Amino acid sequence: MSAAAQGTSKAAHSDVAPKKKKGPGALATAYLVIYNVVMTAGWLVIAVGLVRAYLARGSYHGLYYSIEKPLKFFQTGALLELALISGIVPSSVVLTGFQVMSRVFLTWAVTHSVREVQNEDSVLLFVAAWTVTEIIRYSFYTFSLLNHLPYLIKWARYTFFIVLYPMGVSGELLTIYAALPYVQKSGLYSVTLPNKYNFSFDYYTFLILVMISYIPLFPQLYFHMIRQRKKVLGHTEDYSKVE
Amino acid sequence: MSICLPLFFSAGTERIYLLPSTTMSRTTFFEVEIIDAKTKEQLCFLDKVDPHSTIGDIKNLFYKSYPQWYPARQALRLDPKGKLLKDNEILQNLPVGTTATMYFKDLGPQLGWTTVFFAEYIGALLTYLVFFFRVPYVYSHTYAFTSSSHPVVTFACVCHTLHYMKRLMETIFVHRFSHGTMPLRAIVKNCAYYWGFSAWLAYYINHPLYTPPSYGELQVNYALFTFVMCEMGNLSIHISLRNLKVDGLRVRKFPMPTKNPFTWLFFFVSCPNYTYEVGAWMSFTVMTQCLPVAIYTLFGFIQMSIWAKGKHKAYLREFKDYPSVRMAIIPLIF
Repeated sequence: MSAAAQGTSKAAHSDVAPKKKKGPGALATAYLVIYNVVMTAGWLVIAVGLVRAYLARGSYHGLYYSIEKPLKFFQTGALLELALISGIVPSSVVLTGFQVMSRVFLTWAVTHSVREVQNEDSVLLFVAAWTVTEIIRYSFYTFSLLNHLPYLIKWARYTFFIVLYPMGVSGELLTIYAALPYVQKSGLYSVTLPNKYNFSFDYYTFLILVMISYIPLFPQLYFHMIRQRKKVLGHTEDYSKVE
Repeated sequence: MSICLPLFFSAGTERIYLLPSTTMSRTTFFEVEIIDAKTKEQLCFLDKVDPHSTIGDIKNLFYKSYPQWYPARQALRLDPKGKLLKDNEILQNLPVGTTATMYFKDLGPQLGWTTVFFAEYIGALLTYLVFFFRVPYVYSHTYAFTSSSHPVVTFACVCHTLHYMKRLMETIFVHRFSHGTMPLRAIVKNCAYYWGFSAWLAYYINHPLYTPPSYGELQVNYALFTFVMCEMGNLSIHISLRNLKVDGLRVRKFPMPTKNPFTWLFFFVSCPNYTYEVGAWMSFTVMTQCLPVAIYTLFGFIQMSIWAKGKHKAYLREFKDYPSVRMAIIPLIF
């Protein structure tokens, strides 16, 4: 699922922290800035990779292969974010953790594991959504930490999700759906009875349950972001543009 | 004597003063104002409240005017964001003037602990039996109402059933609950946990394709023995904890080992009941050699460790002479 909502509490923390308490110390801030700059750069690399591949091939198909490695690297790298946040805003670790896990799940357990779906256009759909979201999000954090947040970035972070979030979710669902027949046929990641540990697991059913779970979860996250948007962008008359 | 007046009749506050019919010793009566914590509207005004009244008494008075809010549902606080006032707190001991203002919040429908435990345990017990007796539609129809050829499957059913029967007996006869109630949402969540896991374990253990333990009878018998020992240990601890509260005095003491060898675990841990419980489920895991049971045991262990740590910290805070060798749940470890 798109991690658009993931940074909300972190953003709220960045907005609120200077007012409530001292916030992260100088060293922690340095680490965070480095992390966010690296992530912004990483996702820019992916974006550029996609554009160049498109221009070279002249079509939207099969672009996944051109950015496969940086996508895996930087999306998995987001796990580091959990360790960083848990030291600073422990309360948001659960929500963020959930988001990161779902992204990592899609990257490795679906797209990487089921080769046959890598050519699907739905993959491009979510990769594009993730790329734009993450570039904006990580640059938002970078600028926030440096206390020089351009209003444009803030606006983009709280507005683009309106389109990108459904776009990402559609891409993810279509990809999982495309993977289903191959998983069923090959018995991927599945364990059947009888066996020594008296356990069974059907990955095919599991994927279907994952898809169903989007139904209650996606609206909650989406409307959470919409509420955040009203809060953050609604008071521009009251506060100065640079945080 | 006091009268609680719900203030939706008139704008003015009606107050009725009742003169005591007997001459009482010099007591300043209190007035208690109850305000809705969210809307800040005044819900009730109590006159002539005896300063020795408890919060419980006040809740009962409030309940008379608002019969939909029985006392267990009422949360009263001196400050909207403050601490919950306990039922046994006395009015004159609170940091209030002779007019006390309290903020009310509805906790929602409440259920007694006994009811909750009953629902959880009976559900878990019966769910398992549905699988043991291979009720139709659970497994393939050729197996409906058949029974497993492995003795361990029968032992497992007996162990599981006795485990929950013991818990039910303890709920009725042994446990004394400090907080009276629990919100309705909690019972749904808890029942889902207990019934769900019971079904998941039972599905595999009673499955026609169940594979008995790798080390055969030796493994089963050994695990069965440790299971029984842990159940007896757990029961001993529950009884000794109950006996702590018998004298009814305000003297607080922490549990100590007694003549019963099972209680000697108190030398090493604050919450041996949880230690024994984990032991029982580990035994059950080894006995059935079933991964879902291991997963259930792990979840239980994590939850009980959190509770044990909390209890352990509470003991350390309250008793300066608390034995330092004691750990929370695992001897010598944590």
